Amino acid sequence: MASFPGRGLAKGLAVTLRTMTRKTVTAQYPDVQPELPPRSRGVIALLEENCTVCMLCARECPDWCIYIDSHKETLPAAEPNARARTRNVLDRFAIDFSLCMYCGICIEVCPFDALFWSPEFEYAEEDIHDLTHERDRLREWMWTVPAPPALDPAAEDPKEIGAARKAAEKAHAAAEAAKEAEA
Amino acid sequence: MTTTLDALVRCIAVLLVFLVFPLVIGQTEHKVMAHMQGRLGPMYAGGFHGWAQLVADGVKFAQKEDVVPAGADRKIFQLAPAVALLPYLLALVAIPLGPGDLLGQSLDAGLFFVLAVMGVGVLGSLMAGWASANKFSLLGGIRTAAQLLAYELPMLLAAASVAMAAGTVSLTGILGAFHWWWVPWQIVGGFVFFVSGLAELQRPPFDMPVADSEIIFGAYTEYTGLRFALFLLSEYAGILVVSALTAVLFLGGWHGPMADSLGWLWMLLKTFALAFLVIWIRVTYPRLREDQLMRFAWTVLIPLSLAQLALTGIVKVVIS
Repeated sequence: MASFPGRGLAKGLAVTLRTMTRKTVTAQYPDVQPELPPRSRGVIALLEENCTVCMLCARECPDWCIYIDSHKETLPAAEPNARARTRNVLDRFAIDFSLCMYCGICIEVCPFDALFWSPEFEYAEEDIHDLTHERDRLREWMWTVPAPPALDPAAEDPKEIGAARKAAEKAHAAAEAAKEAEA
Repeated sequence: MTTTLDALVRCIAVLLVFLVFPLVIGQTEHKVMAHMQGRLGPMYAGGFHGWAQLVADGVKFAQKEDVVPAGADRKIFQLAPAVALLPYLLALVAIPLGPGDLLGQSLDAGLFFVLAVMGVGVLGSLMAGWASANKFSLLGGIRTAAQLLAYELPMLLAAASVAMAAGTVSLTGILGAFHWWWVPWQIVGGFVFFVSGLAELQRPPFDMPVADSEIIFGAYTEYTGLRFALFLLSEYAGILVVSALTAVLFLGGWHGPMADSLGWLWMLLKTFALAFLVIWIRVTYPRLREDQLMRFAWTVLIPLSLAQLALTGIVKVVIS
């Protein structure tokens, strides 16, 4: 295209006019919730039923913002000749989100799948002390955690399902055997 | 009695236009500028797309303390906003809205009157800059003065070209003599007039006198509250007057299809189209440097306006 004096100026006007006819990019956040990517990392949720108080998360945390208290409980022996078992019971699990830098190491390191990323992000407080969230609040956030992604169609079953199926088959076989013995 | 009543009605109508239209232009600027930058602009005030934003701004300004700096020249400092604002009200009186006597007051020397009165408006900035007892204000005031000197000349020459073409300096007379082929004939003059009008209003890209990155807000640095709001209002009233005047002089004002009944609509359409252009230019171009500003006036606009004047003279002699 041939150049003429003032072409740049005209181009500038065209750019602003074109922008005016396009959709704006403003996010009207408090009125309209943002559309977050599906696995957004907003806050760390705790599934306390899975927690064994192994303390790995608290030890790996780079800024030491996870507080865990627990005590040992002795379970009576299940069978007459067995030893009594001891088990850890969680008393307190708190994450100080004013210290947390959202590195996610605790979630990576948890061997029992007790910690998860939740996309929830609206938990601002007026006092910094209120940002230390206790186990009940962390448990509540579990409900906002999206379900794990589906496996590939050809993938082998997860270990838990394999183990459960094995147990069920074993029990079924035992029942069959008992039935045959009776007959 | 009827003449008194008639005058009163006209005065009130002009006052209403003066109070409402600049706000409409200001609100348009808010929204148009926002959308040109991919934003939404004000969305809350008044409920529907922030239509009452400027009203809310006005209320806010009215609540602020009116501070006069200790070393300031009190009287002049307090008078300056009125001097900046009122000339545009006076100029509005003489601008015809439609055919016949649909205007505030028909003046024989309407063009002279409007241009002279608009020149006074810039005095407000000068007074503010001088009386503020502040270096930045003074610099802003001096820049305003330099800009006024440079741009008043091409503006007057361009206006003179139209007056020459029409053979009268009455605005109604100019519109009466208007033919459609005046638009291409006077187009260079129209460009010069509009651009120097922008410069006199200190609108971007000619806003060197209020360049916030260099001299804070120029002559208005020390102003707060309502007085500051008056300066801002005068800027938007200035846009209205310059747009209306350009429409009258170079685009034929109320001329258009069905001008007898819809003349006022044509005039308003042209005025607001030009006001939109003012906003559009503001969004698009960066600020000119002071020396670029001066060079543009003296080496581009003045030769162009002189050429337009010569062309007008030649055509006028040929057709008469």
